Amino acid sequence: MPEATPKPEELVQINYDPHEKDWRKTRPEFRKGTFCHAALPKDVKYLGLPNPRDWQPPDVDWKLPPNWKEIILQGMKERLEKFRSFRLFMDICVRCGACADKCQFFLGSGDPKNMPVLRAELIRSVYRRYFTTTGKLFRGLAGARDLTEDVIKEWFYYFYQCSECRRCSVFCPFGIDTAEITMMVRELLNLVGVNTNWVIGPVANCYRVGNHLGIQPHGFKDSIDFAVDDLEEITGVRVEAPINRKGAEVLFIVPSADYFATPHYYTLLGYLMLFHEIGLDYTFSAYAAEGGNFGLFSSHELAKRLNAKMYAEAKRLKVKWILGGECGHMWRVVNQYMDTMNGPADFLEVPVSPFTGTRFENTRSTKMVHICEFTSDLIYHNKLRLNPSRNDHWKVTFHDSCNPARGMGLLEEPRYILRKVCNHFHEMPENTIREQTFCCGSGAGLGSDENIEARLRGGLPRANAVKYVRDKHGVNLLTCICAIDKATLPTLLEYWTPGVDVGGIHELLGNALIMKGEKERTTDLRGQPLQQKSEAVHA
Amino acid sequence: MPSYECEGRTYDVDEDGFLQDPGLWNEDVAKDFRGTEGITELTPDHWKVIHYIRDYYLQFGIAPMVRKVCKQTGFSLKEIYQLFPSGPAKGACKLAGLPKPTGCV
Repeated sequence: MPEATPKPEELVQINYDPHEKDWRKTRPEFRKGTFCHAALPKDVKYLGLPNPRDWQPPDVDWKLPPNWKEIILQGMKERLEKFRSFRLFMDICVRCGACADKCQFFLGSGDPKNMPVLRAELIRSVYRRYFTTTGKLFRGLAGARDLTEDVIKEWFYYFYQCSECRRCSVFCPFGIDTAEITMMVRELLNLVGVNTNWVIGPVANCYRVGNHLGIQPHGFKDSIDFAVDDLEEITGVRVEAPINRKGAEVLFIVPSADYFATPHYYTLLGYLMLFHEIGLDYTFSAYAAEGGNFGLFSSHELAKRLNAKMYAEAKRLKVKWILGGECGHMWRVVNQYMDTMNGPADFLEVPVSPFTGTRFENTRSTKMVHICEFTSDLIYHNKLRLNPSRNDHWKVTFHDSCNPARGMGLLEEPRYILRKVCNHFHEMPENTIREQTFCCGSGAGLGSDENIEARLRGGLPRANAVKYVRDKHGVNLLTCICAIDKATLPTLLEYWTPGVDVGGIHELLGNALIMKGEKERTTDLRGQPLQQKSEAVHA
Repeated sequence: MPSYECEGRTYDVDEDGFLQDPGLWNEDVAKDFRGTEGITELTPDHWKVIHYIRDYYLQFGIAPMVRKVCKQTGFSLKEIYQLFPSGPAKGACKLAGLPKPTGCV
């Protein structure tokens, strides 16, 4: 936590009074802690994106190309023609305000431009001015305004305080997908070279070596091999973790943080234990070594480029279908864009679990199964032996990660697993979970250190719900199924709700899983001593 | 491009204060940068972590997994945070002259 970060008791003093001035006359203040650094020229160049240069958001001169206005308006025109949804979302909002208090960034900051309706108005007003007759004729009277450099700066500030989580969309009577408006604006900003390091850096890494962290194949193998050794020490069982094995039935793809960061790593151990125990015929890939897709946070084109390698690798390795790990945005891309971006994946088979015979009809188009679908199906068919008392030191709650929840409707499966692998599971209040889940405040590329104040504000509603179950039930572990969650929620909770750790569903599954030939387990996967021994076995 | 100065030496750094060119690292860099991480003195324990990360980086082009750092150096994650208050992926990597890890970390 940077030293200059305000204390919780200061940050929680949120002023919800609207500005006295007309919203069109207020300007964002690029205050440290509330924006991300600009992308590095080398990464912009590497991806072949326009206008690589040294600049930072607080600069007065953003060094936009001389014809920046023409580029943006042409970009808008093309996108309005290409994406019917974009034009529809520009036209149909009646400003009812149902979304206004649903955004965690508004709730945490009190800034009216973080109300989804007003955030969208930042571009709608420009749309009206240049693309509607009433706006062209009546200008301000018709809610239209000119496109200026200040508007570009305002777009950058507020569309990078939207985590594309889509909570507001749940409450919109017209079903406007505000995340898609954010995506459009970020695409437009990209056209003039306005993008952030925390998005473009990982995309460039992923494009170059196959994952956001820039881990090369020998580093990937080293990490997986280490996990195999580590597991043998913990369980006494030697598992196999094949990489780039042609002809395997299943290609398994995880977010790269699973084999780099903590607490993600413990979830990786859980996957490896599960696959060994059931004897899954699978392989990792050192090329498709990333589930996450930071391209989505910048443009459809970049999302498409990163998504393509997963399917290219599935084809090269001649697998039958793809299994995906505890990743967030990967699932939004796979479920809602992949089919028209890189699909159809007709060279793959509709996934069938080799152990239960379950045919995952819901993945007919993508051929990609979520690990929680796969595991809950195994448990439902009594294919796993579990000892939930090995998780008795945890009082658990579950944070629905935005994209699996709202982007693919994965609401029951993680809960089904949790109820079988631990004895103490408590839900947060119902307006903060499932499809109404609050974002971690760091999704869509907002999770950088320099953006800490914005993250803490955006994460306040989530942390507040965690506080509720911590105080009421003694919850000490927040589980989630997204790598950004696992990276950023520990910081958030340490700040707002100390005493609650963060972990994955498959970490708890790994703790509970009884493996053939295992030695007596004295610790959990983190090396913490088990609370008590129990013979209770739930087959 | 920002720079960082310490005792007459000037380093090109990124916006987060990480060394721009990891190839320019030597032990003086770690000593000069320790102040930016709130570390008053580099003890043998610090050096153990820094050298392990640095050597791994030279071999693999990336920082080692956090869990691996702990296991290979024998320090718990808590102890690593005591040594490097901003953590293994940030403070320790910065003093070892590595680029800052990006992504879901």
